[in-house]
Amino acid sequence: MTTDSMPKLWKLARLDYDPVRQRPVLLYPEGAVLLNDTGAAILELCNGNRTVGEIATILGERYHADVSADVAEYLQLMADRELVHAG
Amino acid sequence: MLADRPTTLLAELTHRCPLHCPYCSNPLDLLRAEAELTTADWKRVFSEARALGVLQLGLSGGEPLLRKDLEELAEHARGAGLYSTLVTSGLGLTRARAERLKEAGLEHIQISLQDSDPVVAERIAGVKSVKHKQAAAALVTELGFAFTVNVVLHRANLDRIESIIDLAAELGADRIELANTQYYGWGLQNRAALQPTREQVERSREIAERAVQRYRGRMQITYVLPDYYEPYPKACYGGWGKLYLVIAPNGAVLPCHGATQITTLTFDNVRDHSLEWIWRESSAFQAFRGDSWMKDPCKSCPRKAVDFGGCRCQAFALSGDATNADPVCTLTPLRRIIDEALLEPGLAEPEYRYRNVAGERAGAGA
Repeated sequence: MTTDSMPKLWKLARLDYDPVRQRPVLLYPEGAVLLNDTGAAILELCNGNRTVGEIATILGERYHADVSADVAEYLQLMADRELVHAG
Repeated sequence: MLADRPTTLLAELTHRCPLHCPYCSNPLDLLRAEAELTTADWKRVFSEARALGVLQLGLSGGEPLLRKDLEELAEHARGAGLYSTLVTSGLGLTRARAERLKEAGLEHIQISLQDSDPVVAERIAGVKSVKHKQAAAALVTELGFAFTVNVVLHRANLDRIESIIDLAAELGADRIELANTQYYGWGLQNRAALQPTREQVERSREIAERAVQRYRGRMQITYVLPDYYEPYPKACYGGWGKLYLVIAPNGAVLPCHGATQITTLTFDNVRDHSLEWIWRESSAFQAFRGDSWMKDPCKSCPRKAVDFGGCRCQAFALSGDATNADPVCTLTPLRRIIDEALLEPGLAEPEYRYRNVAGERAGAGA
């Protein structure tokens, strides 16, 4: 995963919201990951047409902070688990 | 100890099955159709499960397609917000049913394969099944379900692990789960016929590891090691009564699909209690939740936070006491039970005791 990668959610994974735990959740075959709001915000932007750098810029403006290192680290983690593809 | 919220429910809709695999994870004492929960029972239970925190639902069996209300149950599960997986042999998955399941919102289908060699596959299944499975796989990919192939590995198919993986890819699988046989119930009855050699295990592990890399990005490969060859036991679903529950066809709620063989436990039923009460309060779920039930070597072992003492069902089946350490663990003297089992000569020409309802004819060649 580099700043130029265009990450995309694994085609079998979908974002949902769990009203019981009041948390966003990523659901996929035989698995579920409870997300925090930041994680969900990053994954929502992973449509395969935005670079990691662009995602970091969008979220940086939203949170008024430089989040580029956090975004790259999180996406690498999700890519290692094959839940996101680098594209 | 307070209960966490469960994430996963395995609903064994029926024990009826056209296959007779000798390693079946169902209990030896199979339930008949008249003992099964009604459609209304299952729908209520799925709603209760979601409210309790369950996210993943396995629609399993036996063969769940033998339930004529499967589509209705899948639709209800989706409406309740569950991610559902159909765990099937593939037999009975007609185009009409597959299309109705798609409309109902079912997301994921798992089809079992017995082997890449069709003759051996049908010898294991005890029934003509290979062509049905191929047709079912084609429907699953055509209709756009998420598709997993699952394979139980043992002495008679382990040497073909590479061609089994390749076959799953040819069938269009998104994932393959390769799990070595676990010796409970039917599997324990057939251990001498199923148990692989150490050489087979080592070789297959290397092949699986290479295949994981080869198929990366195309097909996910999950390879579950045979615990008899490991130094420490497997951690079952994060520990007893932590994340996982199973409902048997008659409504009995189990902490694990193998739990009925622990004859010292009694299981509460969704016909008598809410699922939430059973999860939090029933004696079977309380029995091994947390670590207060442990004795040494588990009690004072730092690994108790890693593997929770291993499998309670295996501890009971092999040592007669479910509070013992799992005999797989090399830190318990009970390990000799496993080591002795590994020294047992395997059968050159395996004869299986086929899975069958008590009193019915053996399935081979049926």
